[in-house]
Order: sequence, then C-alpha cells, then structure tokens
Amino acid sequence: MTKTGFVFANLFRKKTRTTLTLLSIIVAFLLFGLLQSLNHIFNAGPDFLGATRLITQARVSFTQPIPLSMLPKLESTPGVERATHSQWFGGVWQENTQLFVFAVDPQRQHEVYPEWIMPDAQWKAFEQTRTGMIAGRNLANQYGWKIGQKIPISSNIYPQKSNGSKAWAFDLVGIYDGKDQDFQKRTITVFINHEYFDEANQFSHGRTNFYALKLKPGADAGQVARTVDAMFENSPDETKTMTEKDFNIGFAKQIGDIGMIVRWILFAVFFTLLLVVGNTMAQSVRERIPELAVLKTLGFRDSTVLGFVLAEAGALCFIGGVIGMGLATLLGAFLERASGGQFNIALSPPVWGMGLLAIVLMSIAVGLLPALRAQRLKIVDALAGR
Amino acid sequence: MLSQITAITGLNLKSIPERWASSLVIVVGLAGVVAVFTALLAMAVGFESTLKANGRTDAAIILRGGSDTELNSGLSRDTATLIKQAPGIRKGADGLPMASSEVIVIAELVRKGDTTNGANITVRGVQPEAFALRPQLKIVEGRAFKPGLRELIVGRGVTRQFQGAALGQTLRMRGSDWKVVGVFESGDSHDSELWADAEVAQTTFGRGGFSSLLVQLDGDSAFQTLKDALKADPRMSVDVQREQDYYSAQTKQFRQQIGVLAGFVTLVMALGAIFAALNTMYAAVAARGKEIATLRAIGFGGLPVLASVMIESMVLSLIGGVLGAVIAYVLFNNFSVSTLGQNFTQVVFAFKVTPGLVITGLVIALVIGFFGGLLPAWRATRMPVTTALRTA
Repeated sequence: MTKTGFVFANLFRKKTRTTLTLLSIIVAFLLFGLLQSLNHIFNAGPDFLGATRLITQARVSFTQPIPLSMLPKLESTPGVERATHSQWFGGVWQENTQLFVFAVDPQRQHEVYPEWIMPDAQWKAFEQTRTGMIAGRNLANQYGWKIGQKIPISSNIYPQKSNGSKAWAFDLVGIYDGKDQDFQKRTITVFINHEYFDEANQFSHGRTNFYALKLKPGADAGQVARTVDAMFENSPDETKTMTEKDFNIGFAKQIGDIGMIVRWILFAVFFTLLLVVGNTMAQSVRERIPELAVLKTLGFRDSTVLGFVLAEAGALCFIGGVIGMGLATLLGAFLERASGGQFNIALSPPVWGMGLLAIVLMSIAVGLLPALRAQRLKIVDALAGR
Repeated sequence: MLSQITAITGLNLKSIPERWASSLVIVVGLAGVVAVFTALLAMAVGFESTLKANGRTDAAIILRGGSDTELNSGLSRDTATLIKQAPGIRKGADGLPMASSEVIVIAELVRKGDTTNGANITVRGVQPEAFALRPQLKIVEGRAFKPGLRELIVGRGVTRQFQGAALGQTLRMRGSDWKVVGVFESGDSHDSELWADAEVAQTTFGRGGFSSLLVQLDGDSAFQTLKDALKADPRMSVDVQREQDYYSAQTKQFRQQIGVLAGFVTLVMALGAIFAALNTMYAAVAARGKEIATLRAIGFGGLPVLASVMIESMVLSLIGGVLGAVIAYVLFNNFSVSTLGQNFTQVVFAFKVTPGLVITGLVIALVIGFFGGLLPAWRATRMPVTTALRTA
C-alpha cells in the first residue's frame, strides 16, 4: 500500500464522520467564497479600470450640477486629451425599475470611452438623432429592446418643458458591446443626447453632474487633477477631481462598511469550522493510538507518522475547500446572470487565491496538534494503553 | 416512562463534562449561527426604527409630483407659498401656518478612519417652523444657527461617524465657509443631517426654490382636505404623503436586502452546524454504545433512549444559542454604522438587538439541535442489544 493510499484508507475508516466533516468544510468554503467575493467588490472596486481617466465633479457633491462652460477650460488643461460630460437623468423603466441613464455628448462619449464598441453607423445615428438613445447589450437583451423602437423611459427628476410630464421617450438607435468580457458585463447603461435633454427639460440648462477627462499618454494624473481643482478654487463651482477608480470605490463605499460586517461573519464561520474539524482530527488520532504505536514499532519514523496525520487533515480540508469554492463559483455565476449582470459576484482569481490560502492555513491549524501528539507518542506507553 | 427519560437524560447531561471537547463543538457551532443571525437582523431592525422614528401621522410631506424622494423633488418659491395657504394646515399661535419649506442639498464628508473618499451627507436648509414641527429634535451642544448667517448645526450621528463637522469647526461648501455652531439629537434620521437656514442655503447653492414642505395637519380629516385641495389646484402638480408613510416606504428595500442576506447566510451556516451536531452526537452515541445497550438490557425502553439523546443535543444547542445571542448583544447592540439611504445620502443608525430577535435565534438553535440529534438518537435505539454489548 502506498503512503497516499494509507492516508485515504484511514480517512474513510469512519465514513459517516468523514462525510459530515467534509460537508461542514464544503459549506464553510461556499460561504467564504461568496462573502469574500462580495467583500472584494466593496473594497477593491473594479480594478480593471485604469487611471487613464479622471472624473471632475462639484467639490461639495456629485449631485450638485456644475456648468457646461467648464468644458473648454478643462480640455485646454495640459495633459488632458479630450473631455466629456455626463448628467444623471434619474431614469425609470415601467413602474419602478431604476435605470442608469446619462445625458452625454455622443461624439465625445465615443472618444473618451473606447471600451464601448458599436458600429460606426450607429454612433453616427446617435449623433444625428436628437431624441436618440443607445443602450448596453445586456440591458437591451433584458428588456427585449430592438433598434428602431421608441423606448418609454420616465425621469424621477426632470419634467419636460413642453407638457410638464416626466414620461419621456427616446429612439433606440444603437446597442453597444463591451470591448472584453469584463466590460460586457457592464453594458447596462443608457446614454441619451445631452443637447436634446438640455433643451427639452424644464429647469436644468447648461449644466452637468460630472466630467470625464481622457489623459494624454504619459500625463501625470495627480498633477492634472491638482491643476483642474486649482483652476476653479474659490469660485461658486469648486471641483474635486480624482481617478475613475477612486470615484468608483467612493461610490461603492457609500453603501457603508459592508466589509466590516462580512469580516465578522467570516470570522464566526471559520472559528466554528476550525473547532469542528479540529475535534474530528483529535478524535481520530485518539482512537488510533495503538495503531500509530504499531506503525512506529514497525520502523516508521516519528516524522513520517506526523506526516500521515497532517496529510489526512490536509486532504480533508483540500477536498472540502475545493468543492466548496467550486460550488460558490457556480452559485456566484448564477446569481450574476440572474441579476442581469448588476450584482457582480462571480468569483475572481484573487478570491480563489484567498480560498486556497485559507485551506492551507486551516489544514495546519487543525492538523498540527494531533500530528504533534502522534509524533511524540512513546511506543511502550501507547501499546500499554496508558 | 417519564421517570426513565429523566433518569437517562440526567445521566447523559451529567456526563457531558467528561466529553466537554466534543460537546463544545455543538455549543460553538450554534453560538456562531445565532450570533450571525441576530447581528444581521439587528442591523435591519436598527435601520428601520431610525427611519420609523421620523414618522408622525399628524404631519405631511409635500413633494413635486412623481418624485419619490426629497432629493429628486423641486418646488418653486411661488408653489411653496401657495401650498402654505392650503386648507388642512394648522395655524400657529401667531396665526401663520405651521409649515416649513426646506431645501435639500448634498455635501460630502469623509468617514472617520478614511482619507480619500467622501460620503454623501444631507444638508437641510430649513425655515424657523422646522423646529416646532420636529419636537424630538434637541440641541445638546452649542446653539441654533442664526438666520442669515452661514452657520450649521449637525446631527449627533454625523459627528459620531464623520470627520470635520465637530462643534466649532468650519466646513467649506461652494466656495464659502460654514461654521458649526451646534450639535443636535433627534433619535431619527435627522441625526444624519446638517441643518442650516433655508434662505442662506438657497443663495449659496444657487437654488431658486425648495425641495419639500413639511406641514402640521390640523385634525384627523385634515390630510384628505389638504390632499384634495392641492390636487384640485391647476397651478401645481404635487404628491402629498403622511410623514410616516414617506419614511416607512424608504425602509422597504433595505429590509428586503438584509432579509435575503441574513436568510441565506443563516441557512448555509445552519447546515454546517447541523453537520457538526450530527458528528458530535454520533460520536457520543458510539462512545456510549455499551452503556445504552446495558440500559436496554435491564429494561429501559427505546423511546427514553431516543429522547435522552435528543434532549442532550437540544440542551447543548440552546446553550450555544444563548452564548451566540450574548455575543451579538455585547458586540453589536447600539453599534453605530451608516449606509446609503433613499435620498442618496448617508443614514446613520445603530444595531438593535431586540428580545424578538433573540427568541427567534434561540428557536433556530433548538431546531438545529433537534435535527442534529434525531439521526444519532435513532441509531442509538436501533442498535441490537447483544451486538452492542459484545463489541468495543
């Protein structure tokens, strides 16, 4: 019998116990995977967004509109290649579904955000259709929108100038994709024509919520941000400029310290798990003291016996951990799809990395004490049952 | 029968100290489940009770038609004046309507312990009547702001969670400096706000009109009177809601989200705890196989054995549950956090571990203990006496 075979044979001598322990580990890692993934979103933000763009908003808050007249000044700032602006429309689909709808300048949007891919003809149509809108692929699929349709979208902020009604409608002239898989998941935003919006709404004129600045290659983001903010200092419209990544993290952080709560849950789960598995290992070593003594009598070294016990703990944790993380991956992907890509909880490689690390640490934590006990066993005492 | 159950159960429970290590697994497992369950729901309860505290039924809030939050709403100065003259609003001692036109703007403050990212805080510009309409609001440090000056009073929740808004500090908003002259407590969501004079806020933030109106209703039928009057008025399109309805609608989404999270996490952890309990009880039954067989041989029935194992499992679970509830209470009761509310601004609230939650947690613990004990107990009664006596 090989050493590996021996470890497995020992593991399954008590089938019920091993199965139950394995199930506890699977459950724990299922939770670990999902919660860690959630935690990761809140703390790191989408890290595939580079620092190539800066966001300029009103210093007091991005809900405070800033004038469009800033645009030429921003664009002439050294290091800035192109600037675009976005205004939150407060879009509502049907009864009560909030949509991400921004009023933008079509051409500038196209230049500053190259990650959104759409045929040139559709970009052209977006520029030329005053009442036009474009939607992300995922969103269009979710609601079954087709190019050429008139899409009714209400605003919970802006009434129309013509009739005072908040029920707007836009012509869908294009559907965009993301440049890769990560961006494809985020194709859930609607863009409408700012020029039309500005004229047709009742009270917001010549204003926007924030600017996105595309930097020239090699430009120092920090330096550009400081220059921009200095330009508007002490004016009624003071600005705050930061990288797109910081802006997004700030957005996620608004929801509160979810990370703290998640860490507490993980702590509770792991502490519990450690005890369950640790107890099982201790029990199984206790039962086998005479056997281990026989092994030593046969000439197995102390270190080999230590290895056997550690390997058993490791195998249990590894099998359970990998199955648990696997289930979490499936469930995460399912949840993400079920939410139409808005709840981005699919397990990323860093989360898997943390899972594997947790498996290793746990194996050592639960296996070490029983293993040391097995190693230090005195043959005479053990055989005599002392 | 009953005496048999008591006898065996007593025997089992008294021998727990000898097997404390494996019994501890159940206790700790259940403590974990109950602590997590109680803490998560205590968060939901805390949030809800904070927003509910705002709710008065004898006050109404008026927003522009179709805007569900104050932030999205806007009323012109003229409309606000018209509304104040509508029927159904109580008149104060001075003969003027008890109503406050308010303007909501958002400022960013940095959370304590953070350095870069700001969180949205409501700045509420109010008219003098606002204080009479919210009698729960008390200034606990400093003084109220003076009309016409750039002065602020801040809620207790803001000073607790965020930097830069303590008494005497100066905040910079839209190119102007605002001095914090007072701190107030209200026990509701206003604790998460900064208050200033409405006129000063309007000029500083370039707002011509208001966001909302809060009015005191004059008697039971006044709400309907006011609603009908405003609806019939062709000069405006507004929504009238009782203050309580407005705030409780805001808690719905949060309650659902936390409910789903708590349900899922508790379910998964409960599964883990059941596996752990099964493991422990199987071991306990196996270790006492001979003992149980002996009892059976001298005439004890199967049911008392079954009951004794189940009771042991449930007692251990209950101990774990109590421990978990105590942990949740000590760590989290009145623990203050903040999250994004409906107005897209921070609402500061505290966890509330209520008796109802604790009881639910303990019931969950007992259910887990029941299922964790059931199979091992069944095995214990099914063991053939002769085999059990011979082996081990």
